[in-house]
Amino acid sequence: MAAMFSQNPLMNGPNYSFNQAPVTAAGNKEHAFNPYTDNGGSTLAISGSDFAILAGDTRSTSGYNINTRYSPKVFKIGGTTSTQDDATLVLSVVGFAADGEALKERLDAIVKMYRYQHGKPMSVKACAQRLSTILYGKRFFPYYVHAILGGLDEEGRGAIYSYDPVGSYEREQCRAAGAAASLIMPFLDNQVNFKNQYIPGSGVGHELQEREKIPLPRNEVEDLVKDAFDSAVERHIEVGDGLQMLIITKDGIEEKYLPLKKD
Amino acid sequence: MDTLVAQYTQPKFEKENYSEDDQMELYQPTPSLSLKFAMPPVAQPSAWLRAATDDHANPNCPIKIAHGTTTLGFRFQGGIIIATDSRATAGNWIASQTVKKVIEINNCLLGTMAGGAADCQYWLAYLGMQCRLHELRHKRRISVAAASKILANLVYSYKGMGLSMGTMCAGVTPSEGPALYYIDSDGTRLAGNLFCVGSGQTFAYGVLDAEYRYDLSDEEALELGRRSILAATHRDAYSGGFINLYHVKEDGWVKHGFSDTNPIFWKTKLEKGEFSNVTSELV
Repeated sequence: MAAMFSQNPLMNGPNYSFNQAPVTAAGNKEHAFNPYTDNGGSTLAISGSDFAILAGDTRSTSGYNINTRYSPKVFKIGGTTSTQDDATLVLSVVGFAADGEALKERLDAIVKMYRYQHGKPMSVKACAQRLSTILYGKRFFPYYVHAILGGLDEEGRGAIYSYDPVGSYEREQCRAAGAAASLIMPFLDNQVNFKNQYIPGSGVGHELQEREKIPLPRNEVEDLVKDAFDSAVERHIEVGDGLQMLIITKDGIEEKYLPLKKD
Repeated sequence: MDTLVAQYTQPKFEKENYSEDDQMELYQPTPSLSLKFAMPPVAQPSAWLRAATDDHANPNCPIKIAHGTTTLGFRFQGGIIIATDSRATAGNWIASQTVKKVIEINNCLLGTMAGGAADCQYWLAYLGMQCRLHELRHKRRISVAAASKILANLVYSYKGMGLSMGTMCAGVTPSEGPALYYIDSDGTRLAGNLFCVGSGQTFAYGVLDAEYRYDLSDEEALELGRRSILAATHRDAYSGGFINLYHVKEDGWVKHGFSDTNPIFWKTKLEKGEFSNVTSELV
């Protein structure tokens, strides 16, 4: 933004994005195509035996500036109305907000078209595969986003699919993406998948028995999400302001908003 | 006269709605598996893409694409063994420890994933589609030679665009027997008995070359595949996680587990006395 309103003539040349063109010591401008901005923030998804939770903070930054304290990163997909009340799928996107918005609109249009053509809502499995091909369709000019798709599978279990920017995807129990992924993901490995947790007194060293893996109940998962974000806010400048959670169950999608620290 | 009238007059309302083609276009904003890709509005798309995504040329690139792997495949009397690790890295960050690097193209063809995860997933899915079309057109299964050539020609047509994949195609057909092909994004396509691909390939070759024989029994072959990947996960930091094992036979492939390396490592060390470089106590 700074470049647009700056009085400095060096900063007011033709730019392709809000990113300032790098200026060399001699004052010569380096021209480049910079179509991306990192808008920071983090998203998190955890699936349970009959639910899936997708969450994201609502801060949007560029560089050290906070542009807004409420810009959602989690979206309902494929409802029949503009309010998306009857949607069954949720997409979270983190990275470049404009690409995220474009991706959301594109996927929503495709899922709606699917419903009109086939007379039934799209399954998460089908939507997951389709999202992969949408992302790969921009293999040579990628969407700068880390996407996570959530819903309930054919058996009614929670399903989480995570993506890289060009569409490689995998179904997972849990996934953190975005700026604070490296802070949140190790916590999730330990608390959701019980990584490196062993049964006390079951042996010594490598003979230790691993703790049995059981799906967590919804209230515990909600607490984990809150704790993960509260911790990330403490140690990452791009995360904060608000926490938006979408909880997918067989009864529909419940939305929760909780405040986070705003400093 | 009637034919002339019919030829030169049109019903009044024919053009009122969208034509069938227009409707199809509206239904499908982008076809799902196609060869139409969006391009950046610059003169040198590949150079721009390299600057934005390649972490060797530009460590600060904004888009990190998952890399790093050990995969292997070898032919023996009982068919083909395919084994992989399951780690995906983006720089030093372990993006995932549970990647499925064996791609099930159909119930008798397998592909392996090394290099760009999305490239491998997408193009092997595309190959699966082409193989099915071949079956429908010719009423018989495609040969592994033909399938691998579809893929090799395809990636060759994108040469220089920045695709990154090192893949193996494995299958058993009545005409060819067990067949194994190596295809990479440079356009290389090789038939062979034994391949290891990825950052941990040298470590896997070390074990595999030492113990490999064509007349291995099924059990010995599976154990050799597992042991070679274990060696690679032990010495290559970019490989690890789980060992994914497959056995390809004439009537299709059989999966032999997706098993954690850590217990296998300790079992190998303590029961067979291997990995004696590692001590189980602090000295």
